[in-house]
Amino acid sequence: MDNEILELLDKDSALSAADIAVMLGITEAEVNDRIESFKKDGIIVGSKVMINWRKTSKELVTALIELKVTPQFGRGFDQIAERFYQYDQVKSVYLMSGTYDLALQIEGRNLNEVALFVAEKLAPMEAVVSTATHFVLKKYKEDGIMFEEKPKDDRQVMLF
Amino acid sequence: MTKRPEDQLNTVLTSLPPSGIRKLFDIASTMEGVVSLGIGEPDFITPWHIRNAGIRSLEKGKTQYTANAGLAELRKAVAAYLKRRFGLEYSEKNVLITVGGSEAIDVAMRAFIRPGDEVIVPQPSFVCYGPLAAMAGAKPVYIDLDRDNGFKLTPEALKAAITDRTKLLVLPFPNNPTGSILKESELRAIADVLRDTDVIVLADEIYAELTYTDRRHVSIASIEGMKERTVIVSGFSKAYAMTGWRLGYAVSPEPVNAVLTKLHQYAIMCAPTMSQYAALEALNEGDGDIEDMRREYNYRRKLIVKGFNDLGLKCFEPEGAFYCFPDISSTGLSSDDFCQKLLQEEKVALVPGGAFGRSGEGFVRASYAYSAEHIKTALERVGRFLNKL
Repeated sequence: MDNEILELLDKDSALSAADIAVMLGITEAEVNDRIESFKKDGIIVGSKVMINWRKTSKELVTALIELKVTPQFGRGFDQIAERFYQYDQVKSVYLMSGTYDLALQIEGRNLNEVALFVAEKLAPMEAVVSTATHFVLKKYKEDGIMFEEKPKDDRQVMLF
Repeated sequence: MTKRPEDQLNTVLTSLPPSGIRKLFDIASTMEGVVSLGIGEPDFITPWHIRNAGIRSLEKGKTQYTANAGLAELRKAVAAYLKRRFGLEYSEKNVLITVGGSEAIDVAMRAFIRPGDEVIVPQPSFVCYGPLAAMAGAKPVYIDLDRDNGFKLTPEALKAAITDRTKLLVLPFPNNPTGSILKESELRAIADVLRDTDVIVLADEIYAELTYTDRRHVSIASIEGMKERTVIVSGFSKAYAMTGWRLGYAVSPEPVNAVLTKLHQYAIMCAPTMSQYAALEALNEGDGDIEDMRREYNYRRKLIVKGFNDLGLKCFEPEGAFYCFPDISSTGLSSDDFCQKLLQEEKVALVPGGAFGRSGEGFVRASYAYSAEHIKTALERVGRFLNKL
């Protein structure tokens, strides 16, 4: 049941507790209780809307940064990661398997701003061995949402 | 030429009444901002890996006919699927791949019906059975299913409808438009009636994967003594959201299947090759897709049933397919008038229950093959409409 509530909210965070209750055949109070405890336990950590900024007047550039770093004794990668994710410009930080260690997603108003951020804030950090910056040219899909394809109902009226 | 061509058409066909809802939906299609719960096909598009299998078949140049009965591997996969999902024992020799479940129904009717035969059709039900039976030369005999019995076919009603001319019984469960299903015990009672007769069962199981109780769909062919007289018709449209691929199948005893195949080969040759390759992928790798879609339909089912009940349009719990069938008789309107007024005043399109047979009068069909948001908008509008009545 818990996972079902979470899966429904994962697809549509705007679903009301009342609707979820009907869909799952439980009471609204139970749904609210569960959601409260998800928040308390850090299972639900936030919610937001997905915006295709490309269609707005706002200028926004996204880059993915690959970082090779030297882990610190006794603290592994966590403390280095923290030094990155404290920046507002850094939208996501992942510890990776493979040829590099950390993947960062960075947003800025233009290429220059992002490039400067990498050069001035990230690269000089002690633990950083190397960086590789990849600018995102177009978002097709993010978090399961299609960005460039509007769902539409093409069904034609059949006899029944 | 002394006669106009249109006067020389088959009068069985020309005397069939025109579709009751065509007019309604023609009007709806000219209006802006209509919220429809009228369409009876999945809103999902075919899962990508299945579409991709169709595309791959084209890339590999699979553009020629298949065997008349369909690709051998697909027919084997259908048999394996029926075993896996419904415990039915068949081999590829029992399977004919058709152009949709509809063709399977037509082929089965035409293969069995002789002039003067009767075909029992429980209603409300999908609209094709009576007309196809009539076109094959039979007289459709309708059984009016009763809301008080949950729109189920009862052994008593069946017994009363059987005559020595009865050739076929159409068994359309899970049912479009009511969402009613038949449980194993109910099928056993029907089998008991059939056992002493020669009646053939045409089991339309196109919605077999879409049931929402703990029990899975039970096929009448799994009841002792029934497999020998049953033609199961089903397809890929509803379970895998593959309506446009036009692919279905008929499953019947081997000597019957040979004759169905004969008819199919004259009329159709074979089902589309690309669709057959896509269907093969669906059967082999698509169980998870069925489950995802079924779960989503189930959420919507609960929303829409509660929605109509809260509005005072009593709606019994549909256990299968993706329709609910609320009772609108409390409004004092006929189901036709209800739908027309609702369309004009609140721009919501529903299907009048009378379109599915006279026992559907007083009800409307609402499909929940729509997003939850869409369903809620439609329900709000129906609520406004009821308040103004």
